Amino acid sequence: MPDEAVAQERSVPKPMFTDAEAGARTFPDSGASARRYNYFEPAKRKQTHYEDVTVEVQPDPRHYLSQGWIYGFADGERGYPLHWTKLKAWGVDKPEPRRGIGTGGLPKDFVWPAHGWHWFRDPNEEWEQTLYRYNANVVRQLTQNVENARNGKAFAAWSPNWVRFVERHVGAWMHIEHILGLYVFAANERSAPTNMHNTALAANCARKIRFAQDLALYNLTLTEEIEGFDGTAHLEAWNSDVEWQGARKLTEALTAIQDDWGEAVFATNVVFEPLVGELFRSNLVMQAAAPNGDFVTPTVIGAGESDYAQRDLRWTIACMAPLTEDKEFAEHNKELMNGWLSHWVPQALEAARTMQPLWSQADHRPPRFEDSLDVAKNRFAVVCRDLGLDVPEELKL
Amino acid sequence: MSRQSLAKAHQKIQELAWEPQYHEPYMKYGTDYTFRKASKKDPLKQVLRSYFPMEEEKDNRVYGAQDGAIRGNMFRQVQERWLEWQKLFLSIIPLPEISAARSMPMLFQAVPNPELHNGQAIQMIDEVRHSTIQQNLKRLYMNNYIDPAGFNNSLRGFQGDYCGTIGRQFAEGFITGDAITAASIYLTIVAETAFTNTLFVAMPAEAAANGDYLLPTVFHSVQSDESRHISNGYATLLMALSDEDNRLLLERDLRYAWWNNHRVVDAAIGTFIEYGTKDRRKDRESYAEMWRRWIYDDYYRSYLVPLEKYGLTIPHDLVEESWKQIWEKGYVHEVAQFFATGWLANYWRIDAMTDKDFEWFEYKYPGWYDKYGKWWENYSRLATPNGHHPIVAENVDYAYPHRCWTCMVPCLVREDMVMQEVDGQWRTYCHEMCRWTDAEAFRPVYQGRETPNMGRLVGHREWETLYHGWNWADVVTDMGFVRDDGNTMTAQPHLNLDPKKMWTLDHLRRMPPLQSPNVLLNEMSDAERQAFAADYVRQGPAGRPAPADA
Repeated sequence: MPDEAVAQERSVPKPMFTDAEAGARTFPDSGASARRYNYFEPAKRKQTHYEDVTVEVQPDPRHYLSQGWIYGFADGERGYPLHWTKLKAWGVDKPEPRRGIGTGGLPKDFVWPAHGWHWFRDPNEEWEQTLYRYNANVVRQLTQNVENARNGKAFAAWSPNWVRFVERHVGAWMHIEHILGLYVFAANERSAPTNMHNTALAANCARKIRFAQDLALYNLTLTEEIEGFDGTAHLEAWNSDVEWQGARKLTEALTAIQDDWGEAVFATNVVFEPLVGELFRSNLVMQAAAPNGDFVTPTVIGAGESDYAQRDLRWTIACMAPLTEDKEFAEHNKELMNGWLSHWVPQALEAARTMQPLWSQADHRPPRFEDSLDVAKNRFAVVCRDLGLDVPEELKL
Repeated sequence: MSRQSLAKAHQKIQELAWEPQYHEPYMKYGTDYTFRKASKKDPLKQVLRSYFPMEEEKDNRVYGAQDGAIRGNMFRQVQERWLEWQKLFLSIIPLPEISAARSMPMLFQAVPNPELHNGQAIQMIDEVRHSTIQQNLKRLYMNNYIDPAGFNNSLRGFQGDYCGTIGRQFAEGFITGDAITAASIYLTIVAETAFTNTLFVAMPAEAAANGDYLLPTVFHSVQSDESRHISNGYATLLMALSDEDNRLLLERDLRYAWWNNHRVVDAAIGTFIEYGTKDRRKDRESYAEMWRRWIYDDYYRSYLVPLEKYGLTIPHDLVEESWKQIWEKGYVHEVAQFFATGWLANYWRIDAMTDKDFEWFEYKYPGWYDKYGKWWENYSRLATPNGHHPIVAENVDYAYPHRCWTCMVPCLVREDMVMQEVDGQWRTYCHEMCRWTDAEAFRPVYQGRETPNMGRLVGHREWETLYHGWNWADVVTDMGFVRDDGNTMTAQPHLNLDPKKMWTLDHLRRMPPLQSPNVLLNEMSDAERQAFAADYVRQGPAGRPAPADA
């Protein structure tokens, strides 16, 4: 006997053919030119996918938002105040359109875009698809590298002092990435003035906290694979080793920058990363590993190095360099950035020098500390030139 | 690394927790909540090694489906009635998503729990995903649906449209004011845990029934991230509950957040589902039925009520009142009627209701025809230009409503309207709860307690005021809702794309000027204002003028 409940006709919506496809009829706005977002100017000739999904998503009373911000903070601030950095882009000193009874939405002489901040585009074109593809590829590659090394017993070839170095000092670096990811890039992500800026900050945060976790999980693998590998030594190094306290103090100072997302990004990606980050990652760990029998750690560290060199620095230059050539505020911005260099470069150099003893801890030595620091300084000088800034005097010391 | 269990990996990652030694991080956003006695546990256990490939895989499925939809020409079977409303929905929704991303850093200081910051940062990245995946869906519609107008100007459009700022409520509530009120209670505890159920679960079902299977693909992919966000909110809520001093603020914020979400989300999603659909099967759930299932049973009874065991006062009265608004007071129907009344101030086409729709509404909401049927018949009668004005300027037994100062949905359930002079201006509110929100909750002192971090309701909250005294043709031009011939309007009160049937700016020029009800209210004498209020609350249903006194 068939089950009566089964035999009952199911209620399903019936497909209906509506012929609602593009081009089915001709009427005003049915042409090809209507099939593009028409509320922003692309940076190049053609709108990119990245621009389509990021530009103007976050509104601005100077861009279409005729009713203004509708919620405010207790102190009267609302939305994304442009003075949340001391950097200035053209147009920021011009007042917002004043609207009220009978003004309509737009002032009569309105010109798009209303200020220079809106011209920033992330050259990495980070949005959902690119962000996940990139980071997923990195974690897949790292997983394979480490798994192959484990299968090949590669860790057995490490010299004993190198094991100590990796457990202690490569381990300590994870804390820096974690702190910068969360308390510089994520913490400032609310503050920047356009969606393009904030998305770039979020993407930078994502890479940092991923890299911190990459290092932590690598450390866990080594704990499992190398007899006597102390998986908690990085905590002691980070908390107590004299060599790390300069870098730690500086890292913490970067999180304590007050009310200026621009300075936080600048001090981290323009100053700290070349002079301390690359110094440690590229000019120590990646140079020293191979002579000590380790071909694995450079692949883990190299992924983070690539994050910085290929992406973090790239968007930062694209964000900051136009400000030093700004049609209204070039001198203001240069003076400000030079002031930031004067403040942060000495601290970075001091942190770098505090790390100097790390260069003599492995059995097979890397290039001399001073040579490594020279490489870092040269790199930093290039970054300064890319930004249109003079190389600070401190580098000549 | 791949051999390690998630639990072990997560445990290892906890070693990254950081106690500052030299400098305390600068935290920009304050709260009046305190977390002195809170225990600290990360509920998320998210390891990025698995997170990124997981999200990439979800993306691949979404984009694969989109490719299939284009190859299979999904748009031959898409209902225009449905997709036109998506011009509004997909204009608004990327902003709340990206605002949710922006709201996460506000919690870093407010929630002194380094374990939770990791989960909040991952939520931030999720929200970037949601915003861009939705912008991309709209881009796809723009490229493949018959009428791109409205999709192509969406982000400009909704910021000047007379409905759009209602949706902005949802977004700006996440990013300003007291950090816990905004980013935790309003966003994660109420918006994400309760109202994304109708947004991202109920609505996709309706989309599919209207031949659109891409919206469900995208929004279910989004919703699958929400459970992690809900965990963030729940962990913060439990921390807040451990400190007795937070009770007053928690109760305040739950009431504000619940009511505001109800006003805004139910207005928008209720209208999309009930008036955007062509699926009139009798056994299809109405919005009221969906609401009962997804919000009343799934959220209120299963999530909110159990929190009573922690001593939390649950706003039972407001949940019941919201239900009453939807079921007895016709809230969604009143909103849909309002959107359609002002069709000319929009940038999408609003289809009239037909006899088949009437039958369904009457079946699902007994008494619907007596209240709303005649008005929709008038809407059909006036749909194509034929010497008459658009419906807003014709006598169809409809009194144009005043805006609610707080939620910015007009005061549509007329009997609930209240007025108050606040900050030197007479304001109308759609309900006592919205008056309370503006006049009492968003203030530096609440019930005698200093609340210095609480935000403010600011801005030009009434669209009508900006255009007070303007000719309608100039209003529509100013908003940019004109097609490429420079005269035909983007919006239409029908789905006929024959240029001869479409309204143009020329048709609007002969209309009387737009009048802002709030400007007029503030020009009244006290006696006139009192008489106005007495008359207003006797109006309705369906916006009917007050009956003449017997």
